[in-house]
Amino acid sequence: MELGVLTDNFALILDGFVQTLKLLVVSAVFAMLIGTLVAAARVSPVSILRTVGAVYVTVFRNTPLFVLLILTYFGLPQLDIRFSFFTMVTMAMALYTASFVAEALRSGVNAVPVGQAEAARAIGLPFGQTMTQVVLPQSFRAVVPPMASVFIALAKNTSLASSFGIAEATARMDGLLNNNASARLEVFLGIALGYIIIVEVISGAAALLERRWRVER
Amino acid sequence: MSSVLFDVPGPKALRRHRMIAVATVIGLLAMSAAVIYKLYTENQLTARQWEPFVTPRIVQALLQGVLDTLSAAGIAIAAAVVFGLFFGVAKMSEHWIIRWPAWLVVEFFRAVPLLLLIIFLFASFNRSLGSYWCLVIGLTLYNGSVLAEIFRAGINALPRGQSEAAYGIGMRKTQVMSIILLPQAVKIMLPAIISQCIVALKDTSLGFVILAPALTTVGRRIYGEFQNNFATAVVLAAIYIVLNLILSWLATKAQRRITSGTQVKIIDGQVQA
Repeated sequence: MELGVLTDNFALILDGFVQTLKLLVVSAVFAMLIGTLVAAARVSPVSILRTVGAVYVTVFRNTPLFVLLILTYFGLPQLDIRFSFFTMVTMAMALYTASFVAEALRSGVNAVPVGQAEAARAIGLPFGQTMTQVVLPQSFRAVVPPMASVFIALAKNTSLASSFGIAEATARMDGLLNNNASARLEVFLGIALGYIIIVEVISGAAALLERRWRVER
Repeated sequence: MSSVLFDVPGPKALRRHRMIAVATVIGLLAMSAAVIYKLYTENQLTARQWEPFVTPRIVQALLQGVLDTLSAAGIAIAAAVVFGLFFGVAKMSEHWIIRWPAWLVVEFFRAVPLLLLIIFLFASFNRSLGSYWCLVIGLTLYNGSVLAEIFRAGINALPRGQSEAAYGIGMRKTQVMSIILLPQAVKIMLPAIISQCIVALKDTSLGFVILAPALTTVGRRIYGEFQNNFATAVVLAAIYIVLNLILSWLATKAQRRITSGTQVKIIDGQVQA
């Protein structure tokens, strides 16, 4: 094992993972926001909103993230819409992930006992308040495990940014693989370990939240 | 539609809903108008941008790309089912010397980004295997590990009585697994397996990075030649959406026909037992 290649380039690799985490956090926040809106639209009383939500989910869930990235990264500049690489990549990742967030949340809304929404209606809350005050807070709790899966997938998906001008961890590996032909396996395992740590942290946090937020029924 | 989340709308609510609906439609129309205007002013709606997609040569290239994508995904899923069966069963072995390595392999390939794996495979084995097989092997390892988890969850979801009864009539471990548990588990898991097929199909798009023959690589050649990045990306997305919708449709059909009762769900490769 030639672990020297990992220790020698530690700063480089660490910098790559900082980029990875930045992509992850920014995309995750926007994906949550958009996904919650889409989920709300999908269960709303207005049928057009339901359709819009369903179409959104169908389109973005069935398009590969890589194709979305091609669209934002190579396509948008042709429309003279120019953002930084980071913005364009996070845009694609947030829009893509939002569809999974929306589906997870919707299943959470369905998991909230019927009596909760009925009680909310019975005391006269309109749809908006039923959702924001009663149903959504509980469904967020119910969907911790699937939501964690969505964010784990997102963490792994940030690797796609390496092909779109962002020097995150996978791009760093690509560079190191080319310069250290004799230690390819070490480089791969080292970077893989970084991703495994991120994934484990997310699932650990999810387990913690799940326990803390458990609803006693 | 009635739902537990809202009352059957009265006259006032109906009016409000209609207003929201109208506002939504206007908003959507305004958005599409803005998009079309933007496309128009940037000369994206000209024949030059879209003509390639009705040119026989390019259509043929795209069809070839679809075939390559389908075959890569198909081979990968077939191999992944074998891989998944093997490791899924190994993970449940009574012997730690089988269980632990299987656990390690499955957890490793599930946690590592597929693209990382593909780039590594390409850097190491491109000369001997070629980019296509690097893509297929990457897909197999990743999807196989996810399927291993699915199989395990599926087998665990079966009532205990099944294996107990099988042992009770004197079957051996392999017989219990292959004759009693797996056939029933596959029934439960079929939807999850098919949605994993969709994941594999989408992930073939990563072939772009290592220039493996797949739909996105064809797209790269097309927009390299015609400079119609936007149009090509839209066409690629449309093709993928159609392929995936056909697969999901098949999935629901298969589900209705074969399965009933408990199911294993997955969200992006993570099993929700």
